Amino acid sequence: MPALTYLRPRDLADAVRLSYQSPEARPLAGGTDLMVMLHAGIVHPQALIDLWSLKELKGIRAADGGVEIGAAEPYTGIIGSTLVAQHCPALVAASRTIGAAQIQNRGTLGGNLANASPAGDTLPVLLAADAIIVTDRRTIPIADFFTAYRKTALQLGELIVAVRLPASARGVRFRKVGTRAAQAISKVVVAVNREPARIAFGSVAEVPLRARSAEAALARGDVEGAVAAVAGDIRPIDDVRSTAAYRRNVAQNVLRDLLDASTSR
Amino acid sequence: MQFTLNGTTVSLDVVGTRRLLDVLREDLNVTGTKEGCGEGECGACSVLIDGQVVNSCLVAAGQVDGCDVLTVEGLAWGDDRLSRLQQMFIERGAAQCGICTPGMLLAAHALLEQNPRPSEDEVRTGLAGNLCRCTGYTKIIDAVLQCRR
Repeated sequence: MPALTYLRPRDLADAVRLSYQSPEARPLAGGTDLMVMLHAGIVHPQALIDLWSLKELKGIRAADGGVEIGAAEPYTGIIGSTLVAQHCPALVAASRTIGAAQIQNRGTLGGNLANASPAGDTLPVLLAADAIIVTDRRTIPIADFFTAYRKTALQLGELIVAVRLPASARGVRFRKVGTRAAQAISKVVVAVNREPARIAFGSVAEVPLRARSAEAALARGDVEGAVAAVAGDIRPIDDVRSTAAYRRNVAQNVLRDLLDASTSR
Repeated sequence: MQFTLNGTTVSLDVVGTRRLLDVLREDLNVTGTKEGCGEGECGACSVLIDGQVVNSCLVAAGQVDGCDVLTVEGLAWGDDRLSRLQQMFIERGAAQCGICTPGMLLAAHALLEQNPRPSEDEVRTGLAGNLCRCTGYTKIIDAVLQCRR
């Protein structure tokens, strides 16, 4: 294997320049996915552009009635943030379910998004929250972000800088179903919002997705209709972690549970 | 690149994309840090970077340039004086085969630094990233609880 070049940009502008000049490079943040894939020989970039310590990609701040989170801010920062707790408690809950301390200290929203795993635990929350992905050149509504299995709308060399959550993110609710409480890769992840009506799932299709027909039913106030519609919206498969039948069943049951709970409040 | 390893400055010339775990074990001959799964699941390779517990199999060596790295070798006060936590692991029978022990000690050390009086639940959460297939965890948790200040 040829030696892989390590590039450490001084600042965001330098990172953007490096990324533009070296399309065969991969951005590196906390490494929780990329380092595994590199070591296993699943990916073969020519260089890594280390974004981990860039100040412009860190931090959590209030923005437009919501909150903006730096792309390389680790989950530990999100879990400890009073701003995120106030503007999107579901994201704090989702961040707590990601690995344990070791992963929470390194994993980032930017990495979770760019990696685009259908099992990425924060991604349904971001979908239900109508998150806006801020890159070095534009903003991308998250509804347009996941295009195919592990593929995103990011252009060659485009870097995620931050994730912006609007005021409506406050109402999002979240549940993850895995094999055990800690260190589990999810079998099903569900995130819902009432206003506007949003229903998003992870681990039940090749991409994290919004259940559009279920959302249409929810918008009419039809909870049972939404639960029934989910069956047509998701595309679960049998794999090492679970079966399609189990995922379909649990997706519907958890959705009903989350929607019932949000009605009775 | 240059970083502090267990209080001593080390300078070395390595490819920055190599795993910190491999640089520690193979280049610096600091072999207390163990490789378990190599995928960030088991915590055997845990080290502290600037006080934060991480899996060294997931860190690119270049990323610790300028950082403070603590491995199990840095926990003891010299060769013959173990830390209170290490001593308690021995007294409470918290180590059996031993492969999880360095990582377990570092995760527990980080937890106690950040939260000197953790509840049992907090200890369990703090060690959730470290798998042990021998002890059933009870004695490990007991040892950590004995070190509350």
